[in-house]
Amino acid sequence: MQMYDLPDARGHFGPYGGVFVAETLSHALDELRDAYQRCRRDPAFMAEFHNELKHYVGRPSPIYHAGRCSAQLGGAQIYLKREDLNHTGAHKINNTIGQALLARHMGKKRVIAETGAGMHGVAAATVAARFGMQCVVYMGSEDVKRQLQNVYRMKLLGAEVVPVESGSRTLKDALNEAMRDWVSNVEDTYYIIGTVAGPHPYPMMVRDFQSVIGEECKLQMPELTGRQPDAVIACVGGGSNAMGIFYPYIGDQNVRLIGVEAAGEGLASGKHAASLCAGTPGVLHGNRTYLLQDANGQITETHSISAGLDYPGVGPEHAWLKDLGRAEYVAVTDDEALKAFNDLCRLEGIIPALESAHAVAYALKLAPSMSKDKILLVNLSGRGDKDMQTVADRMGIKL
Amino acid sequence: MSRIAGCFAALKAAGRKALIPYVTAGDPLPASTVPLLHALVEAGSDILEIGVPFSDPMADGPAIQRSSERALKNGIGLSEVLNIVIQFRKNDSVTPIVLMGYANPIEAMGVEKFVTAAQAAGIDGVIVVDYPPEECAPFVELCRKAGIDTIFLLAPTSTDERIRSVAQAGSGYLYYVSLKGVTGVKSVDAAEVAAQLPKIRAASTLPIGVGFGIKDAESARAISKVADAVIIGSRIVQEIESAGAELAVARVKALIGPIRKALDA
Repeated sequence: MQMYDLPDARGHFGPYGGVFVAETLSHALDELRDAYQRCRRDPAFMAEFHNELKHYVGRPSPIYHAGRCSAQLGGAQIYLKREDLNHTGAHKINNTIGQALLARHMGKKRVIAETGAGMHGVAAATVAARFGMQCVVYMGSEDVKRQLQNVYRMKLLGAEVVPVESGSRTLKDALNEAMRDWVSNVEDTYYIIGTVAGPHPYPMMVRDFQSVIGEECKLQMPELTGRQPDAVIACVGGGSNAMGIFYPYIGDQNVRLIGVEAAGEGLASGKHAASLCAGTPGVLHGNRTYLLQDANGQITETHSISAGLDYPGVGPEHAWLKDLGRAEYVAVTDDEALKAFNDLCRLEGIIPALESAHAVAYALKLAPSMSKDKILLVNLSGRGDKDMQTVADRMGIKL
Repeated sequence: MSRIAGCFAALKAAGRKALIPYVTAGDPLPASTVPLLHALVEAGSDILEIGVPFSDPMADGPAIQRSSERALKNGIGLSEVLNIVIQFRKNDSVTPIVLMGYANPIEAMGVEKFVTAAQAAGIDGVIVVDYPPEECAPFVELCRKAGIDTIFLLAPTSTDERIRSVAQAGSGYLYYVSLKGVTGVKSVDAAEVAAQLPKIRAASTLPIGVGFGIKDAESARAISKVADAVIIGSRIVQEIESAGAELAVARVKALIGPIRKALDA
């Protein structure tokens, strides 16, 4: 493989990515691209970013050997990158810290964000409080109903949560509405996108901020195990935690990269959110990528037990890594994710986010087929406290 | 000369400005659109913009979002829109027709297949909201060969460089978005528009249509003093929504008639 140096100047990863937006947003995106290009090369900016990651987020996050899980499976050793231990309980804050610093650098006093499960909304509200900015979070009204605790967390943090009543009333519609706000308030407002999707420069920028995850792993794995892992496994909705851990490993051809999508009730059921495994290329939310769509090019509604994976698109860099064959993409069902959720609780004393449980589930499937000296590194992207209600409901338990 | 260029040339010769209404295809019912289009022409419209419903209309305000949702519930996709145009053309081979929508339904059909079908249906121009010139060169080329104009948006925030690239790729007319925001939310400020248009005219000889936020005869007349065409979308779509299927034609005619008069006054 040639040296990997993507995206190009206009944000393309092969045929994917780009800037597919109305002219009304072009200037704002040009400004953002220029500001980010300056900041990423500015040692003072990067030093402040890393200082925040250390003292506010609590980085570096540890890597933990899931010894009892591994022993029970009798195959490859499973290691967990503990993003669940970050402040606010997920990897999302790595990106919101970076973008909030950029917003401040650009002189914007108001930040907006979209959220599905609420984790990115909480991370955005958190950094807005931290840096003294006004914060508005758009959230589909269906998701507001499903995630009342996170809505309250955002309000505690001083954010305004706006329920979105258009379309399917979920994450994709929240993103549409945040874009509409941005285009109407472009002078004083910064839009913090939560994943590696959207128009350029977002996919690149969010990847860069999240790649601290993989950078740490490349240092930590040799210290812990004497070498790099045989495979890195991460869940993929929009794909930010996966891109963050994959990106530093792209040049390491011996390391398999495996993205795990939400198969929901099964790919054959049609009720899933597996854009890479079951979708086709198209244009949505400012970029070209794999989408779940019908024959007329209308975006279809998705399903996953995990609200954070419930998105009909995926970051364009994942689309290109799939076509290149550099990363493999698989899908696990709601039931498999729930089993992994329970296994990790009982065997390791770790309650994973349902999103992350998808990655764990695939590791549990893969490990027994490998010898004991093989190593799987799983990105445990978030903790499961937010999912108590969902899991209890599913098991027929009233809290 | 394309139907759009011919239309603007004739209007210019007569010292008149173009009135360009927008309706979403298949709203409120699939059978509503063809009669609505004929009514719009009878009421004095010069060019018709027909919205292609999309599940995620990111650049549109609430009125057009809701019309899109109604049309999608009615099963209206890009193929159905092309059929609506074919029906309309049986009784009107003169009025230019422009499709307005988003890239994904066109890409799902296949760009070449779409251009061929649009040409056969008698479509004169296309506005693909999320196709900026630098992302759609092959599409522009296909349209050019098929005699279909590619109409691009310009905004108050467009830089000189962007105005140049849009002027180069565009044909038919340029669509100047009169305010920051989405369709149909705020009201247009004619003085602000007047201040912006000279730098666009310096870069292009194409006629300039102004839209987003024109709601009545007064604002239409004010804009017509500086622009070549007045584009009205959300206001018409709202009228259709509140009128319902039975009254839509009469109510839209009653809305458009006075605007036409104000433009010609």
